[in-house]
Amino acid sequence: MRYHLLQLIRQAWHGHRGWPPAWRRAEPAARYDAIIVGGGGHGLACAWHLARDHGLRRIAVLEKGWIGGGNTGRNTTVIRSNYLREPSIRFQDESLRLWSTLSQDLNFNLMVSPRGQLEVIQTWGKLRDARRRLHLMRLLGADYELLDADEVYRRAPMLRRDAAMRLPVLAGAWQGRAGTVRHDAVVWAYARAASALGVDIIEGCEVTGIDLRAGAVGGVRTSRGPIACDALALAASGHTSHLAAMAGLRLPIETLNLQAFVSEPLKPMLDTVLTFPALSAYLSQSDKGELVIGGGADPQASYAQRGSHAVLEDVTAAVVHMIPLLARVKLLRQWGGAIDVSLDTSPIVSDTPVRGLFLSAGWGSGGFKSIPAGGRSLAHWIAQGRADRWCRPFGLDRFRHARALFETASASNRL
Amino acid sequence: MLLIPCPWCGPRPDTEFVAGGQAREPLHAGDRQDDANWADRLWGRDNPRGPLHERWWHVHGCRLWLTVRRDTRDHRILDARAASAPASAAPAWTGDAG
Repeated sequence: MRYHLLQLIRQAWHGHRGWPPAWRRAEPAARYDAIIVGGGGHGLACAWHLARDHGLRRIAVLEKGWIGGGNTGRNTTVIRSNYLREPSIRFQDESLRLWSTLSQDLNFNLMVSPRGQLEVIQTWGKLRDARRRLHLMRLLGADYELLDADEVYRRAPMLRRDAAMRLPVLAGAWQGRAGTVRHDAVVWAYARAASALGVDIIEGCEVTGIDLRAGAVGGVRTSRGPIACDALALAASGHTSHLAAMAGLRLPIETLNLQAFVSEPLKPMLDTVLTFPALSAYLSQSDKGELVIGGGADPQASYAQRGSHAVLEDVTAAVVHMIPLLARVKLLRQWGGAIDVSLDTSPIVSDTPVRGLFLSAGWGSGGFKSIPAGGRSLAHWIAQGRADRWCRPFGLDRFRHARALFETASASNRL
Repeated sequence: MLLIPCPWCGPRPDTEFVAGGQAREPLHAGDRQDDANWADRLWGRDNPRGPLHERWWHVHGCRLWLTVRRDTRDHRILDARAASAPASAAPAWTGDAG
């Protein structure tokens, strides 16, 4: 069912009792052309592109829990393209372009809000880095501008400004097309659109093994029985390593915990995404009024989906230091997600030495913003057997060919 | 918070340490027999969902490098010893540090 104004009026007339479920709850079939492991944004976007752009008919998305229960539902909903490396900027800017029309493409209100991102620059090194990035972004056609300190305070008047600050505000960097997106809606929208094209979305189905035949993927064993397939894609965020190990692969990936927290609801006070790179903290205000706050990842490997208290302390201290009026605000919720960090902190969208096995992994802290372009690139790999132009630098073989791509503009960077 | 049992200093909070990632064998010239093997030795990580041998550097303490065995599912520390101690030696510390 298409969502539009007349439909809304018609449904309202009938007391909203006639809305059909947004997607089918499918039972696993015996065989699929392509199976995608992981019902998050990337997996569901990939399934939709496979069905819509490449005409694949038998596609399944296997999700061990419920769709959107992993990192797509655990991030801070920020989208932006101000990365450091040329391939990352190109890729993320393409993703930003896709976000801008995705609500229309999927016929689902994703509440895409290009409210801009303001980076508060507090060290000379960061200012130099921002100038370098400004030129690279401009060369690649992405928007990015530098602001002086007065302009930073004009756009974010709640920021502290006094002589006792440990790191005074020197300047700001602004990306106006950056912003936030309603994260759960992204999952539901892709699931609905994919399901309408015949994709089977199978929740509560955990992959327990990968069957290989002569070096190629033959199928998967799952908690709901074996399923045969020609192509298998892993889009399971923090769990890629142990899934890939089922096919005998060892990957350049570590699983870390990245946490986030929200405050109690406040009156509107912040209309951009505000980041403090020097302090490893950032925040935005949700439509419900909660401040959504994030920082860096925990340093040690973790599947616990539970953040360390040290990071919580550091991030809240940084935010209160920069915005003293938040000192008495209470945190409402705190949570963690198991992110996949590749050793060069750039993503891996790639085929593998196992024929028919593809990866969308290593997204680190940038998985959510990458969903539209990442899902499309993964679908291209599966259907065409080669990388599209956006994800060509992100192949797994870059590690073997000494072409690692160190990306230090992500929240998960540890370099 | 992780409480890491340093064999020299006793249980100390993780903020005194630097995480060093998976404990790996030193690289040898023989590892370069082919590119795939060399890449795996340089970049490959086991990244287990379960017990992991990892290094921690007690930088704000005795400055010893430790090899710690920790369960990545619940952060339970199973073993901790000086990185220089042979793996076959009796553990310097075993138990539950919470």
